Amino acid sequence: MITRGARRAALFVVALVCVASLWEFYKIVGPEEGAEIFGWRLVPRSSDRAMPHTWEMVQRLFDPEVRGRNTPIWRAVLGYSWYTFRMALAGLLLGGAFGVALAIVMARFKVLERGLLPYVIASQTVPLIALAPQVAAIGGNWDLPKWMWVSSLGAFLAFFPIAVATLKGLGSAQPASVELMDSYAAGWWRTLVKLRLPAAVPTMVPGMKLAATASVIGVIVSEISTGVRGVGFASLTYGQKATSDPAQLYTAVFGAAALGLLMFGLIVAIEAIAMRNRPREATA
Amino acid sequence: MSSPEPHTASAAVVVDGVSMAFNSGRPNQVDALVGIDLSIHSGDFVSLIGPSGCGKSTLLRLIADLIEPTSGTVLVNGKSAKQSRLDQDYGMAFQQSGLFEWRTVRKNIELPLELKGWGKAKRQSRAEEMLDLVQLSDFGSHMPWQLSGGMQQRVAIARALASHPPLLLMDEPFGALDEMTREHMQAELLRICGAAQTTVVFVTHSIPEAVYLSSRVVVLSPRPGRITDIIDVDLGAERDEDTREADLFYKKITEVREALRGAEGQTSGPTGVRGVEDR
Repeated sequence: MITRGARRAALFVVALVCVASLWEFYKIVGPEEGAEIFGWRLVPRSSDRAMPHTWEMVQRLFDPEVRGRNTPIWRAVLGYSWYTFRMALAGLLLGGAFGVALAIVMARFKVLERGLLPYVIASQTVPLIALAPQVAAIGGNWDLPKWMWVSSLGAFLAFFPIAVATLKGLGSAQPASVELMDSYAAGWWRTLVKLRLPAAVPTMVPGMKLAATASVIGVIVSEISTGVRGVGFASLTYGQKATSDPAQLYTAVFGAAALGLLMFGLIVAIEAIAMRNRPREATA
Repeated sequence: MSSPEPHTASAAVVVDGVSMAFNSGRPNQVDALVGIDLSIHSGDFVSLIGPSGCGKSTLLRLIADLIEPTSGTVLVNGKSAKQSRLDQDYGMAFQQSGLFEWRTVRKNIELPLELKGWGKAKRQSRAEEMLDLVQLSDFGSHMPWQLSGGMQQRVAIARALASHPPLLLMDEPFGALDEMTREHMQAELLRICGAAQTTVVFVTHSIPEAVYLSSRVVVLSPRPGRITDIIDVDLGAERDEDTREADLFYKKITEVREALRGAEGQTSGPTGVRGVEDR
């Protein structure tokens, strides 16, 4: 276990170095002002303004966010990322609970499955970036903190993969097992708790992975249009200063990446707990 | 063929004039069973044998009240089949062990007891008792998928018998096992059920298995299934490896085989009994 963890960490560092090397390599060979191919501007610019040096990005982490302040920017970025992470996690939990509940209701009443599923799918095609300020505006009438509305938009994207995966999982119990529960005179609810839900877990895990990403995206996009100060909002404001301070944007990118890694680690941990004691084949 | 028996109070299962048709009244109606009368005494070991698709599993499911007959009645322990199911008066085991892969062996055996609302301490002591009975005491904390097929099937039998039901319904429980394991399991089953005085209804398509295990073998005809013969087998209470080589064993196998041929002859099917093993 420990050696596997160490190998993973080493691979991660190697990959990071490779990406940084590629970046610097292109800065050496790439044209300063980009280039056109058949009249299309396809070759990106390698100027310091478009592509700051990797060491400048890292250096920038230790300079203050705005001139005159003492605290380095990495602390600010870390704060934004942590805030976004918590909102995304709340969104994932909220969306997960709603998704599982919806799947159970649809599994219980087949009529509802046929009636609800089109709306569930349609809900995912709504342009979130347009919806976010509306939701926040409606929410403004209630006395709830703004982050809750951003979280709920993360949940709005997260519930869908979980609902679909859970619905499929609830139907995956073996017919012989269902018959066994019948022979015990177990009602629908007990069959759900003792058989259908545990049988659904291997199917629910991939749905949860998709949902975690969806929640992060939902939260970051909603931050931008609602002005909640997480890492999404930070990358927008830093991006606006890209001409004078190009490396600053990348500190927000680092923050978002750290947030993604944390979320990934959390999901891997949940998966390991949910899938312990399961046969190997089922973890595929 | 033995004469129809009277419906006595001591009968564990009484099937009276039962017919079963799937898609009843529609163009694709399938008559699975027609006019089944069968009475099984307490403590009997009854095998249902017949060619594939003759409705022997359907008959077992009717006794279990997992499906309802088109006509006729089924009584289990003097109650309607449905009431018996609600009272959990029987245990059931299938060809696939059907163990829950997320539960330990011990927790699988406890499942029917949980559903009966037993307390934790009582469940655990019964599970230990059952593990002992099927000789898997060292495997209680294992996951089912860590066990061999034969061991899994023993766990399934332990689960079926955990609440000490008076009746055990089995649908080809050893069908997926290799021959040696199968013979071993047959001996185990006799030992376990003999000790508990359990009534057993056992679906199989193996003639030697039916003869070795049963006090009576019920022979069904091809679809639509009818009972064509009931053959009494008495190989004695103590059956062992020698029993499988005794003259009486072979004599009874021949008798069942001929009964199956006769059953086949009743419908104008091709010669030879399909789906029945001579091994």
